[in-house]
Amino acid sequence: MATSNLKHALFCAIITLVVSYPILGFNLVSQGTSVGLEGANPTTVTAVFLAALAVFLFQLFRDQIMSGLGRVPKPALPTTRNMSDATRVRMQNLIILFVVIGAAIWPFLASRGSVDLATLVLIYVMLALGLNVVVGLAGLLDLGYVAFYAVGAYTFALLSQYFGISFWVALPTGALLAALFGLALGFPVLRLRGDYLAIVTLGFGEIIRILLNNWTSLTGGPNGIGGIPDPTLFGMEFGRRVKEEGNISFHDFFGIAYDSTHKIIFLYLIALVLAVMTFFAIRRLMQMPVGRSWEALREDEIAARSLGLSRTGVKLSAFTIGAFFAGFAGTVFASKQGFISPESFVFLESAIILAIVVLGGMGSQFGVILAAIAVTILPELAREFSEYRMLIFGAAMVLMMVWRPQGLLPMRRIHIHLDKPE
Amino acid sequence: MLVIEDVHTHYGKIEALHGVSVEVKKGEIVSLIGANGAGKTTLLMTVCGDPQASSGRVILEGRDITRRPTAEIMRSGISIVPEGRRVFPGLTVAENLHMGGFFNTKSEIRKSQQHVYELFPRLKERENQRAGTMSGGEQQMLAIGRALMSKPTLIILDEPSLGLAPLIIKQIFEIIAKLRDDGITVFLVEQNAHQALKLADRGYVLETGRIRLQDTGANLLANPDIQNAYLGG
Ligand SMILES: Nc1ncnc2c1ncn2[C@@H]1O[C@H](COP(=O)(O)OP(=O)(O)OP(=O)(O)O)[C@@H](O)[C@H]1O
Ligand SMILES: [Mg+2]
Repeated sequence: MATSNLKHALFCAIITLVVSYPILGFNLVSQGTSVGLEGANPTTVTAVFLAALAVFLFQLFRDQIMSGLGRVPKPALPTTRNMSDATRVRMQNLIILFVVIGAAIWPFLASRGSVDLATLVLIYVMLALGLNVVVGLAGLLDLGYVAFYAVGAYTFALLSQYFGISFWVALPTGALLAALFGLALGFPVLRLRGDYLAIVTLGFGEIIRILLNNWTSLTGGPNGIGGIPDPTLFGMEFGRRVKEEGNISFHDFFGIAYDSTHKIIFLYLIALVLAVMTFFAIRRLMQMPVGRSWEALREDEIAARSLGLSRTGVKLSAFTIGAFFAGFAGTVFASKQGFISPESFVFLESAIILAIVVLGGMGSQFGVILAAIAVTILPELAREFSEYRMLIFGAAMVLMMVWRPQGLLPMRRIHIHLDKPE
Repeated sequence: MLVIEDVHTHYGKIEALHGVSVEVKKGEIVSLIGANGAGKTTLLMTVCGDPQASSGRVILEGRDITRRPTAEIMRSGISIVPEGRRVFPGLTVAENLHMGGFFNTKSEIRKSQQHVYELFPRLKERENQRAGTMSGGEQQMLAIGRALMSKPTLIILDEPSLGLAPLIIKQIFEIIAKLRDDGITVFLVEQNAHQALKLADRGYVLETGRIRLQDTGANLLANPDIQNAYLGG
């Protein structure tokens, strides 16, 4: 063991040197018209060697380190294992009720910035719940999920720009259009599984982004689309001045002073309602035959088909429904930002949503919500480390997978209830 | 009940079945034996419509199902216990069974579930265990139980004895006999030729994509060629 580790560690260290020294250890300097090569300053060179040493030591003692990590006491999480399904569901509903009531009151007490952030959290909750259907329940690895998010956002942006469509019309339209895109993606990937599926969906996500980036005449390309209107409350606008003829502004109607937080809180409440709707809609679906067929497909495709389930139907329904909720989230996002550009829909975004699903526990809705909150808020709290955000994020992922490979709150299935024997 | 008529099946350009005809009559146990790679699984999969036969016909209760989609075929009274069991590993025993009755009503599911538990008391004991953690024999029982949940009139079994101890194999074959007594028609594919032929009303021998022999189970067992090739002399 020791010798093989030593060899491996040496190899890794050398690779580190070979890769990083030319990149960091040399500087290109212009000497008149030509370019010259110069050694970097000694601190950089030392850093490179230290990094190689760190890699060497870690690889050498990898087994000890990893087993040490495994022995660190795992955070105890409340368990509901010994409860019957009925009590568990009742308790869950009670908790949800309290949380939702609390979440609805909270923005009136909180600061403007935190409400804005919470809206973003809720958008991610919607996205993650939607992707959870595709990845967690149906077991289809989708790396291009952000495409549907983009479709929802751009639907609203374009409809408002070209036709003056309001948020409330764009919301279902965006979701339905995203669902349609989900269906369209579903067809070509019907026969694919695992890695192949991941690559095709990844490509799909990029195609959408590149299309948005390059179709300048329609989408404005990299400049994006601005001036996306805020949602209205029964025709009441939240701006200082009414934009549309015949509308009345919120503060005038209630005879209160104009306050820009009204709009922020209103958006937050919309996102909250939509996120709660998403949660319940998907939970309902999970208990319905379609939800069980997703699980069957994830568990064993051949067995699922042998029971008469249609692969086409099951896969398409998962993609379509997942995409639908991304479309929802996209519309809210566009409205919140007021401005969107392809930059908001890069692959990293898909990766983060996927990370949320994996961290939360595939298939587990509570876990996914918890992870969405953690992944969105923690980086904000760690603002001063912003340069190391991705590093911390990556480290957290690794630790998480060592400690709890099944996720924060692993999925618990709700059994179907057979009528009691008479 | 099931008639397979001169079926040819291709994987891409390779022909795996070169004109196979098999008939399974109502109430029979028919065994199909053959060496590795003879095309047994291919024949069963062709019945299920994946892959579809490139020529010939598959007729189920007088209906031509050759070109029907798999999902439709599997809902028309056939059940298959696939090669290698293929239970849903992450679901419990009970949930696996419920999946088997996917297209049935809840009260039907409850009835079939009770029936399966009577056939396999072991499954009842392990009702809430995840299927992936069960022994091979238990998983095979579950696979058969799951196939029975849809109340099939014809059950197809692909090598149910694969990798099991003799005692479990004996139990499984006893259950298969019981299924026939309950009025279910059985089409059994096996490498375990001795047991399969002993149980069978009629048997077929498949060799490299062709039916070599067909006879009653007893006659095939007594056939010296069969004894040499499949029963170890
Ligand atoms: N998906 C496939 N693609 C290409 N060829 C295949 C495929 N499945 C099976 N074959 C080929 O078809 C032939 C018959 O295979 P089949 O699985 O039907 O044999 P079998 O009789 O069930 O064997 P075993 O007893 O080992 O299960 C083999 O030569 C096999 O290589
Ligand atoms: Mg086979």
